[in-house]
Amino acid sequence: MTLRPDSSHGPTTAVPTRPVPDALVVTPGRTVPGRARTVVPLRREGPAKLTGEARYADDLIFPGAWFGATIRSTVAHGRFRELEKDGSFDWSQVVVVTAADIPGDNIVASIKADQPVLVPIGGEIQHHAEPLVLVAALDRETLRAARSALRPIVDKLPGIFDPLDSQHVFAEYTISNGDVDTGFAGADLIVEGEYRVGHQEQLYIENNAMIAVPRDNGGITVTGSLQCPYYVHAALRRALALTDRQAVVVQAETGGGFGGKEEYPSIIALHAALLALKAGRPVRMIYDRHEDIAATTKRHPAVVRHRTGVMRDGTLVAQDIEVVMDGGAYCTLTPVVLSRGALHSGGPYRCPNVRIDARATRTNTPPNGAFRGFGAPQVEFAAETHLNRIAEALGLSPLEIRRRNVYRVGDETPTGQILRESVAGEEVLERAAEAAEFERIRERTARARAERVGSGTVPQGRLVTGTARTASGIGLALAWHGAGFTGSGEVKLASVASVQLTGDGRIQILIASTEMGQGTRTIFPQMVSAELGVDIDDVEIVDPDTSIVPDSGPTVASRTAMVVGGLCIKAARRLRAAVEERHPGRTFAESYKEDARAHGATRIDQQFEPYPGIEFDDATYRGDAYPAFGWAACVAEVDVDLDTGEVSVRDVVAVDDIGTVIHPILAEGQVEGGTLQAVGYATIEEIKVEDGRYLNDRLATYLIPTSLDAPRITSILVEAPFSGAPHGAKGVGELPMDVGAPAVVAAIHDAVGVWIRDLPATPERILAAIYGEPVREAAS
Amino acid sequence: MPAEPPVASPATLADAYALIQREPHTPIAGGTDLMVRITGELGSIPERIVDLARLDDLRGISLERSAVAIGALSSYTDIRRSAICREHLPALVEAAATVGAAQIQNRGTLGGNIANASPAGDTLPVLIAMDAAIVVGSVRGERTIPADDFWTGYRTTALAPDELILRIRVPLVPGRETRFRKVGTRRAQAISKVVAAVSWRDHGRSSGWTQVRVAYGSMAPTPIRVRQVEAILEGAHPTPETADKAAAMLAATLQPIDDVRSTADYRRMVAARVLHRILRDAGGW
Repeated sequence: MTLRPDSSHGPTTAVPTRPVPDALVVTPGRTVPGRARTVVPLRREGPAKLTGEARYADDLIFPGAWFGATIRSTVAHGRFRELEKDGSFDWSQVVVVTAADIPGDNIVASIKADQPVLVPIGGEIQHHAEPLVLVAALDRETLRAARSALRPIVDKLPGIFDPLDSQHVFAEYTISNGDVDTGFAGADLIVEGEYRVGHQEQLYIENNAMIAVPRDNGGITVTGSLQCPYYVHAALRRALALTDRQAVVVQAETGGGFGGKEEYPSIIALHAALLALKAGRPVRMIYDRHEDIAATTKRHPAVVRHRTGVMRDGTLVAQDIEVVMDGGAYCTLTPVVLSRGALHSGGPYRCPNVRIDARATRTNTPPNGAFRGFGAPQVEFAAETHLNRIAEALGLSPLEIRRRNVYRVGDETPTGQILRESVAGEEVLERAAEAAEFERIRERTARARAERVGSGTVPQGRLVTGTARTASGIGLALAWHGAGFTGSGEVKLASVASVQLTGDGRIQILIASTEMGQGTRTIFPQMVSAELGVDIDDVEIVDPDTSIVPDSGPTVASRTAMVVGGLCIKAARRLRAAVEERHPGRTFAESYKEDARAHGATRIDQQFEPYPGIEFDDATYRGDAYPAFGWAACVAEVDVDLDTGEVSVRDVVAVDDIGTVIHPILAEGQVEGGTLQAVGYATIEEIKVEDGRYLNDRLATYLIPTSLDAPRITSILVEAPFSGAPHGAKGVGELPMDVGAPAVVAAIHDAVGVWIRDLPATPERILAAIYGEPVREAAS
Repeated sequence: MPAEPPVASPATLADAYALIQREPHTPIAGGTDLMVRITGELGSIPERIVDLARLDDLRGISLERSAVAIGALSSYTDIRRSAICREHLPALVEAAATVGAAQIQNRGTLGGNIANASPAGDTLPVLIAMDAAIVVGSVRGERTIPADDFWTGYRTTALAPDELILRIRVPLVPGRETRFRKVGTRRAQAISKVVAAVSWRDHGRSSGWTQVRVAYGSMAPTPIRVRQVEAILEGAHPTPETADKAAAMLAATLQPIDDVRSTADYRRMVAARVLHRILRDAGGW
């Protein structure tokens, strides 16, 4: 079944710098306020998920499998002195694994070789959820008994919990352009500010889960919930000393990732594999929600300081920015998260004199890692809130100050990158302001605020109310998001994607890019069938299995549609050309089945080639940090309860330029989901940490918005295609996450007149900001 | 998961009484509080469970001469849908609507909310404010415990080990008004940070309020009545001066704590403001 475009929808009114490739099966959604809906293919795995037939890792049956568990530290910093085993327990019925059982390097392969798979006896423990010992048993009851019969003896050491205090630096970058001192000297006004954001949990719907099955060749097959099969593959090879062929990683149906299944699955896979190899049987490692929240990675907390020189008319002349991120106990992906954070920290604004100092340090808390936005949401919250405060200081509208500074074609970024094309900051800004009637509503909220203050309808003290119950506010934010990997990342990765015509006449896409709810399995057949001129249902996508699919890179950085999609389109074009050359005068669709019979299989492996003219120097942080940028504007309207400080985010207009839209419904789904995740980040999502331990590590205490808390979201897709990708797509996954929080915080300010500089903007913080901290009675 | 505790399902109240008299059992009704403990991670696993599902004596909502009787097994959904509750006990209906979300409201029961004895139980301040009585029974017969005396300490109750909660009697008092307000972190599936219920009888312009009850949850180890504030409001009119005084007294009296859900300062401040708002609305100023 192929669903054809609904011709009743008009053409896009976006700002294509070149025509949308006509090879795409679908026309993009309408870019007008409201629901853009074009008839597009159904999700491939949608019916199975909808009916409950889809099988996630914990649904898979492996005969003879044991259950595995992880015994973790209970202190944030210490030394693992010894492991006591209860002599009365029958140890023959279980398998226990310690670091001594690791055949290869006791290292979780990542950027730095600092994180052990298990802390060895005598080794140093760096965070409270750190794995020390593994145990597996036939059933859960025996497993429980074994767990309580194992007692790690740990000597406690003092911990470091404040990233500003830590001397252990995982990464640091300095980006410099122009001369900030000269800039400040010529500025009419200098505005300073410090902004803080805390941890955020990805809270995918499916917990982490892995099942390891020993193989006859001494290797291991690991099946599980994951984003990046080849990251897990590399981790297995290194710690288990396996060859490429001995390590096999298969992705099971995955219930969400958001970056949270980018790196930690390597650890779980190693744990399951170690137990399985020692037990000589399959072992299931299925986390419950508590373990998942307590142990796995979170968004990096950050402290961002801005000092900005600005002219009276709002023109930025100098930005001095310091970013400090809390990496947690091990390096993991922190240098890359920090890099993206540093590169985005100025916001999407032209400024001739910029200095950015960014560093990430170690604390004795569980390692932080990838999460939708990858360092950008933290710094863009700071940049946008700071710019809104500058606008307030100058008496300018938040819209106007952005109009004056937003990047346009030809502008230069802090790394010296000249933005040559696909620059839609102004477009998304204007469309968001127009769709949300920003200035009109802002006048209204300003009037209401003045009336409340003037007539004494606002409460005059901490314990009393005013006549007004709620206050409404509107806020605006703008963001950019570098498309694909940072700097030379894609070049180093050298991803390969394959499209093949099999000997029996089937068309297959082979990629390691994973479906985790965002639509990979749907958009690739869509793109490839369009290139080949065949029905979408005639294109298969092979399940990610490292013994079958090539390494098309990790499913991260909003790179899948843009980078891997581009590879598949190129591969499909080459396949089509090869077949059509053998059948002159006939199309691929007419001839491919016959071609397969006559010539056998044709497989095209397409490797990434650098985007023309895009160069970056990792040593100096000069050049093209990203081949292109996505652009997003967000207008949020809130009601603040003046009695309780509760915030209701009522309406959001989200305008996102993602380049060519491949599947409007899935793209809008990303915008809506990212916006809601940003609303949670802005208002309620908070990890409370005490002595390096998360206090709210359960769903009863770590709260995210429910459907009742979700705003009405109007998503508008803008298309400024990127010429370096054959289809012009730039990626959509992360962009909406960057821009929602500062818009909500600006709206809160518009409503009640206080700036919340620490996320989340909880009612506790809002009331404290309005009324001040309580006066303490003298100690008695 | 550890071994499941044995579950008995008596068919009659007499059987149930006899069973729990022999050995203490943890009752299960909707299971919304009990089942989260069943893994043993959060507190101890009950040793023995008595399933109340077959005890039809504990069901039903009925209008008596001067009270509403609510069977302990009435779910929050039953309460929300009950014409009797909607007409006579709108504040309880409002409270029931803030518990968990639809699934919890379908399963969870009023008796369970009372027995669970959480200081944050959403319906409990309403029961206190309305002078509700908890009717309990055992082989020794029935007795009635005023709601205000029912919660004796953090998660402890006046219920004897061999007693079951049978029903809740809420007296119908002519001219009584009750107001409810819950403040949670989000609009559903949230445990309250502040939960308040205030009731009073209004006899018209000349005389002031009588039978004033001010009850709060999430402020102390149990849901509490704040008599110092009631004393200010008793015989008074809801004027701005009275409201300011009552709010100040409330803030001075309450001793909430900082925990994972909120701060003591916020709770105290918001408790006062919620009371102030209720009085402002009642006074119409």
